[in-house]
Amino acid sequence: MTTAVSETGSPPEGQVRRPGLLTRARRSFDTHWYAWAMVLPVVVVLTVLVGYPLGRGIYLSFTDANEANIGRTIGVNHIPSTYQFVGLDNYWKVLSGQEGHFYSRLTWTVVWTASCVFLHYTIGLGLALLLNRKMRFRSLYRVLLILPWAVPAFVATFSWRLIFNEKYGVLNAFLAKLGAGPVDWLGDETLQKLSAVAVNVWLGVPFMMVAILGGLQSIPAELHEAAEMDGATPWQRFRHVTLPGLRPVSGTVILLGVIWTFNMFQVIYLLIGQGASSESEILVTYSYRLAFQGVRDYAGSATYGILILSLLLVFAVFYRRMLSRQESVR
Amino acid sequence: MRRGISVAALVGVLALTATACGGDSDGGAGDGSKAASDPSSVSGTITWWDTSDATNEAPTFKKLVADFEKKYPKIKVNYVNVPFDQAQQKFKTAASSNQGAPDVLRSDVGWTAGFAQLGYLKDLTGTPALDKTDDFLEGPLKNAAYQGKTYGVPQVTDTLGLLYNKELFRKAGIDKPPTNWKEVKEAAEKIKDKTGTAGIGLNPDSYYSLPFLYGENSDMVDVEKKKITISDAASRKGIETAVDLVKSGAAPKPAGTDGYNNLKTDFKNGKLAMLIDGPWATKEIFGGEAYKAKDNLGIAAVPAGSTGTAGAPVGGHNLVVYAGTKNFDASYLFAKFMTEAAQQETASTTIGVLPTRKSAYTKAVLSDPVRDAYYRALDKAHPRPAIPQGGDLFTDWLQHYTKILTLKEDPKAGLDATAKAWKSALLKDYAIQE
Repeated sequence: MTTAVSETGSPPEGQVRRPGLLTRARRSFDTHWYAWAMVLPVVVVLTVLVGYPLGRGIYLSFTDANEANIGRTIGVNHIPSTYQFVGLDNYWKVLSGQEGHFYSRLTWTVVWTASCVFLHYTIGLGLALLLNRKMRFRSLYRVLLILPWAVPAFVATFSWRLIFNEKYGVLNAFLAKLGAGPVDWLGDETLQKLSAVAVNVWLGVPFMMVAILGGLQSIPAELHEAAEMDGATPWQRFRHVTLPGLRPVSGTVILLGVIWTFNMFQVIYLLIGQGASSESEILVTYSYRLAFQGVRDYAGSATYGILILSLLLVFAVFYRRMLSRQESVR
Repeated sequence: MRRGISVAALVGVLALTATACGGDSDGGAGDGSKAASDPSSVSGTITWWDTSDATNEAPTFKKLVADFEKKYPKIKVNYVNVPFDQAQQKFKTAASSNQGAPDVLRSDVGWTAGFAQLGYLKDLTGTPALDKTDDFLEGPLKNAAYQGKTYGVPQVTDTLGLLYNKELFRKAGIDKPPTNWKEVKEAAEKIKDKTGTAGIGLNPDSYYSLPFLYGENSDMVDVEKKKITISDAASRKGIETAVDLVKSGAAPKPAGTDGYNNLKTDFKNGKLAMLIDGPWATKEIFGGEAYKAKDNLGIAAVPAGSTGTAGAPVGGHNLVVYAGTKNFDASYLFAKFMTEAAQQETASTTIGVLPTRKSAYTKAVLSDPVRDAYYRALDKAHPRPAIPQGGDLFTDWLQHYTKILTLKEDPKAGLDATAKAWKSALLKDYAIQE
C-alpha cells in the first residue's frame, strides 16, 4: 500500500487512502483536542521520568564519570567535578574487546534469549493447542497453567533456588530416590545456565500460552472445516491454516518475548547469586553491577545501557520489517 | 543506564518527601561546640539508619534510642531499620544525590573508608562524638580510620572463630580443639573414621578466606608498600591449604550457590563437626538439634597457618555521621550515647554482640561463654586494609575463591586473575607482587 497520497480531497470510493500526516494531525487535533489536553500531564511526566534520564544516560556514556569524580557538595565537604568528556572512548573500549567482557556476555545473552523464546513459544503453542480443544475442566486447566505467571518473578526465582539447592533441594532429593548422585545445579557454569533457562521458561510459558490461545480462537472455524473438506491432513491443517492464522499474534509476542528475555534481570541475578556467577551474567545484570557495585561507574554502565538499547532497537526494526515483508508476500 | 538512573531518581524523590522535615539548623561547620559545652540545649530531629537484624536485634537498639530521647528530651530520633544488604547502596544513592540520607548511619567497618573517600562522611576526629578514644579496642578503632582521620565511632565488633561440636570431638577421642590447619585435617579424619561425620565447613565466601591468608602472614594487599599481595607465594600457600582440606575430604566440597547456608544447616544438625564462623551465626546454631544443650558448642580461635600465626579479620559496625546533616550537634551526641560503655553492655547482654570498649567487657558480658570465647579470639584479630576499595576487593575475589574452593579453578590461576582484576579496576597505582 504505497500509493502516493494527496494532501486534500476525500478518498475515492472502494479504495482506502490515507490523508497526509499534517492533515491527519490537524484533523485529529480538531476533533480530539480535549484528549490531547488530558494526555499532556502524562507526556510531561514521561519526558521527565524517561526522556531526561535517557538523555543524561547518553551524555554520561560519552564521559568518564563515576561516583568519585562527579562534583558534589555534601554539607561540609565539597568535591569538585573532575570528570571529562571522552567522546566515543567508552564505546571503543567495549566494542574493541579491551574491556574484556562484552562479546562473551553478548554471546551468552543471545543464546539465552534465543533458547528461552524458542521454548516459550513452542511449549506455549503446544499447550494452547491442547487447551483449544473441547474437553472437561478446560477452564480449570487454564487457571492452573496461568499460575506461574501470576507469581511475582522474584518469589518464583527464590523458590526455584530452594528446589535447585545441592544438599537440601527437592530436585536432588528426587534424584537420590532414583539412585543418582547430588548435582550442584547452581554451581557449575553449564548447569547454572541450564537452570536459569529452565526457570525462565517456567515463568514465561503461561503468557505465550494465553496470547496464542487468544490467537487460535480468532481463527474462523470455517477455515478448518473447509480444509478438512478438501482432505487436508491434521498436519497440513496446522501448517497451512493454524500457523498463518497465528502470524499477527506470534509476531508481536515473539518481539515482546525477545525484549523481555534480553533484559530479564531477576532470574539471572537472583537465581545464580550476585557474586559467584560472572560467566552466567547477561548484559543487563553486568550493567547493573557496573552501576551499583563498588565505586559506581556511571559512564561504563551508561555505555552498556545504550548498547543494549541500540541492539534491541536494531532487532525490533529488522524484525518488524521482516514481518511486514512476509505479510506483503502473501 | 536507564533503569539505574530512574531508580535512583525515584529513590531520591521518595526519600526527599519522606525526610523533608530536617532538624533545626545550627552548627554549620560541625565543630560540635554546642554539643560539647551545653549538650542539654541541643535540639532538633535526626534520622538514624540502623542496619541491625530487624527481628532479633532492632528492638534492643530501639529501646536504647528511647533512652537517648529521655536523656535529651529536645532531640527527636527518627529510627529507620534498613536491611543490611541494601544499606550500602541505599546510603550511597541518597548521599550522592544529597537527598534523603540519614544523619547517622550504622556502617559496616568495610564501608567506612569508602564512604569517607567519596566525601559522604564527617571527619569525627576531635568532635564530641568520639569520647574517650583510648577506651576503644585497637582493631575496631583502626577500622574506623581513613588517612589518619577517624570517620566512625565503633559500635560493635566481631571476628571469626572455630566453632566445634564437643560431643563429636569426644566420640572421636579428641580432647582439645585444633590450633592449626594441620591439626584440623587430622581431627577431621579421626572424626570421619569414628563417627562418619564430615569434618570442617569452609564457607566459599571471600571474607572467610582471610584466616588462610593471615595464617601465612600475608594479606590481600599491602597498603603501605602499595602492593597487591594476594597472588604472592605466601597467599597462594594459604589458599592451597584450604583447597587441600577440600581435596583430602576433611572439608566437604561446598556448593557454589547457597554453600554457606548448607554448611550452617549441617553444622547445627550435627552433620558437620567444625565450622569457621562469627558470633552472628551462633543464634541460629543454638536453634539446631545438636546444640539443645548449649555447652555442646565449643568456640576457639581460628587455626594458624604454617607460620604459626593465627589471624581472623575484624568485622563490626561503626556509627558514622553524614557530612550533609543539618544537625551536627545532635548527631554527635547520638553517636556518642549509643557507643558508651553502658549502652554497649546492654546491647551485648541482650543480643550477644561484642562491645568495642574495653570498659564494656564487664562480668555480665563475659559470663556468657560465647561472648567470652569471641572476646579472647579478638586477640588474634587482624584489622582489614583501611582503603576505600576495601569492601570492593571482596567482590572480585569472591568469584574466584568460590571457584577455587569448589575445585573448578586452579588456585594460582584464580589468584592471578583476582590480582589482575583489582589492578585494572580498583588499585590502578598498586604493583602486583609476584
